[in-house]
Amino acid sequence: MSQARPAPYPFSAIVGQEEMKRALILTAIDPTIGGVLVFGDRGTGKSTAVRALAGLLPPIDAVEGCPYNCPGPDCLLTGAGPDCPHLPKTPKRRVKPRPTPVVDLPLGATEDRVTGALDIERALAHGEKAFEPGLLARAHRGYLYIDEINLLEDHIVDLLLDVAASGENVVEREGLSIRHPARFVLVGSGNPEEGELRPQLLDRFGLSVEVRSPDQIEERVEVIRRRDAYESQPAPFMKRWRAADTRLRKQILAARARLPAVEASDAALADCARLCLALGADGLRGELTLLRAARALAAHAGERAVERAHICEIAPSALRHRLRRDPLDEAGSGARIARAMEEALA
Amino acid sequence: MTPAPAWLRAAWALRLLAADPAGLNGIWLRARPGPVRARFLQMLRQAMAPLLVRRIHPAIGDEALFGGVDIAATLAAGHRVRSPGILAQAPSLLLLPMAERTPPGLAGRLAAALDAGLGHVLVALDEGASEEEGLPGALAERLAFHLDLDGLPIAACPALDPHLLVPEPGAAADEPERLAVETAAAFGIGSLRAPGLTLAAARAVATPHSGANAPPLSSAALNLAAALVLAPRARQLPIAEQDATPAEPEREQPPAESAPDEGETPDAAPGTPDPPAELVLEAVRAALPPGLLEALAAGPAGSAPPKTEAPSGGSQGGQQRRGNRRGRPLPSRPGRLEDGARLDLVATLRQAAPWQGLRHRDGATGPLQIRRDDLRIRRFEQRSDRALIFAVDASGSAALARLAEAKGAIELLLGEAYARRDHVALIAFRGTRAELLLPPTRSLVQTKRRLAELPGGGGTPLADALRVALDTARQARGRGMTPALALLTDGRANIRLDGSAGRTEAMGEARRAARAVRAAGLPVLLIDTALRPQSAAQALALDLAARYLPLPGADARRLSGAVTAALGDPG
Repeated sequence: MSQARPAPYPFSAIVGQEEMKRALILTAIDPTIGGVLVFGDRGTGKSTAVRALAGLLPPIDAVEGCPYNCPGPDCLLTGAGPDCPHLPKTPKRRVKPRPTPVVDLPLGATEDRVTGALDIERALAHGEKAFEPGLLARAHRGYLYIDEINLLEDHIVDLLLDVAASGENVVEREGLSIRHPARFVLVGSGNPEEGELRPQLLDRFGLSVEVRSPDQIEERVEVIRRRDAYESQPAPFMKRWRAADTRLRKQILAARARLPAVEASDAALADCARLCLALGADGLRGELTLLRAARALAAHAGERAVERAHICEIAPSALRHRLRRDPLDEAGSGARIARAMEEALA
Repeated sequence: MTPAPAWLRAAWALRLLAADPAGLNGIWLRARPGPVRARFLQMLRQAMAPLLVRRIHPAIGDEALFGGVDIAATLAAGHRVRSPGILAQAPSLLLLPMAERTPPGLAGRLAAALDAGLGHVLVALDEGASEEEGLPGALAERLAFHLDLDGLPIAACPALDPHLLVPEPGAAADEPERLAVETAAAFGIGSLRAPGLTLAAARAVATPHSGANAPPLSSAALNLAAALVLAPRARQLPIAEQDATPAEPEREQPPAESAPDEGETPDAAPGTPDPPAELVLEAVRAALPPGLLEALAAGPAGSAPPKTEAPSGGSQGGQQRRGNRRGRPLPSRPGRLEDGARLDLVATLRQAAPWQGLRHRDGATGPLQIRRDDLRIRRFEQRSDRALIFAVDASGSAALARLAEAKGAIELLLGEAYARRDHVALIAFRGTRAELLLPPTRSLVQTKRRLAELPGGGGTPLADALRVALDTARQARGRGMTPALALLTDGRANIRLDGSAGRTEAMGEARRAARAVRAAGLPVLLIDTALRPQSAAQALALDLAARYLPLPGADARRLSGAVTAALGDPG
């Protein structure tokens, strides 16, 4: 790339959209929560927020030059196995920090590009079969972002689901047999007016967020003011927000450290179960996600245990997309969850 | 002849784009090929002069855009030769002809490239014939200027040098951010990108002074920018200054909020209309496209018929492309080169590559050994989406309740449509004519919005309904979908095509229209909604070659079940 990409918009400078920001931060604290789905109108800062995340997150330690973001030299034993195809490329295997990967998956990407495929260069030049890793490898231990996910081709969606669920990318094609770890947080955004997402895919997302344009003039003016400052005078603007971003990064790191110690009492578990039952959410994934998200929220808030308040706060994001759809029910999913919370947790 | 106002605006757009290419992203130009467009493109090239011009096309692949392995050079050289992609190279002016055919995937990639701020400028040349064709929303949203040069006489479009345009002098604008946001809100523009682009355009008016010592934005510059950026995006007319409007600027502004010293002046006190805001509104209103004004005046944004909806905010682009699934590539498979088969060269090479060493060892000579078993043939998916067109009798003879059930059935069908890739359209006929209320869509959200206000009552213009249904079906077919029609009526037509009453003539016309539908080979299900099924509907079904299903008092669930069963799987 001959052009230096400008630094992404600072995460802390995003006006409003608290639910979206919180969901993204929680997945940074606990990636096992699962992906985040952001649905909403155009021009509400969906892509801005995800791209800003790249600048916010703490760096990860990875083997220098490793295309799979392997955490250390011993990954050859635990991760991709002794056949780890990047072995010849990283002879020294020094571990260095690198930014958390936030990988864009463009619409219409071919299966080859997503999973990886035969390395044509080496096949043609040396006649040897070698694997060229794809986007899934690059997104390992980071984020995979899909804008307009509702327009993504079905076969790519199925593939992503499979990998996201198993945390492993298995390639069996063209005489190649490769498996490598691919654990990433899937972030999808889209505009529901352009088409629905299949429920199978919806359910795999941990949290879902609805964003809309702010309706307060003051808020809108502030958005434009900051955006304008970012574009016309980037350097002072970035400097102004650096401190806030750093503070947030430290909070995330502290919450990560605190997370294993956060306790979830039986009462909290029962609350989760009651809420999911009342809503008729399919499967047990709802309970699991709700619990994990509530725990991450507690860690973020600096608490030692999951309280009912945490569950109630995160329930709309964790359950909104798991409700059985009834097209004839006019009430929005948010209202249904609020109703269920009142009834189940009264 | 003096330059047409639209032409002057186009010249201004060029001048501003040349001043701030990275901030304004580009132009969406609606114009058929012709002398006017040729002259505009000529001016575009001159205005953007040092920038390299590159043409891309809607079917451009990732390798050309982002760079990839140059197969031919790689084979010749024996080591990988990469061709650099267009987007990875120095900033250039990307010309995208036939932009109305841009698939959502390409739109997403280009949008991401524009967002990355690499300095590329995109000029989308939209040659769409109908209003429903257009640029995908993701792209239209990001391009600052939407120009429509269709129908301008060449005499009104003299060659201008955009750089000679001089902005009107004006006093510095107070709080330009607020003005831009409020004006956008007044015209019903929800996206926050529009006011942002307005500000960027206004700053571009003042260039070459930019950076830290830029002069404050003049109100004249802001007016000009608002007219250029906001007018084509307008979705509604500003509501007259009344207390009822929630977005009323003055009321939203408690005095404490104005603490940051952004140049707040006393004349913006609560309660008094803001003169600069009025000026900006006026500037935008003057630049509104002519047809839009009447359409917007006729009703609020939500109830405007789909045809007149501003394409900039609509999702039509992506939706339509999405519908055309004819020829989606499938993985290639082994095969022989026969008539009509297309060789997938890359897959073939991939297949042959690992064996080259072995084959050479076996005594083969020549640089590349490809055996018949290696050949891979391209395949395309032939299946197409189904478009279910509901034509619902909303006349007085058919009760309102039936309409409600039809709405319910449509929402139910759409609720399940994700798996079957169904598109659903709705035509309602009542009074003197039939109306396409919902063009083929898969979006439940959009449908709910459109169906919310569907009136009933009046005569039964059955012939017109069939005509609209046939048009819709033909359009759907043109986009590669497989249309089917579900007609809900009691078959008693009493309004003729020209809108006049007359039962006998209306029936005759309806049956003629029915035969036209049959000739088009459209599968039809006629659901007789009369309480006592009658011969009129049966005769009509015969003319339509339709399945006839008497279903008095059907509810939404039975209705959707019957439609699924009868028109079930596409051919």
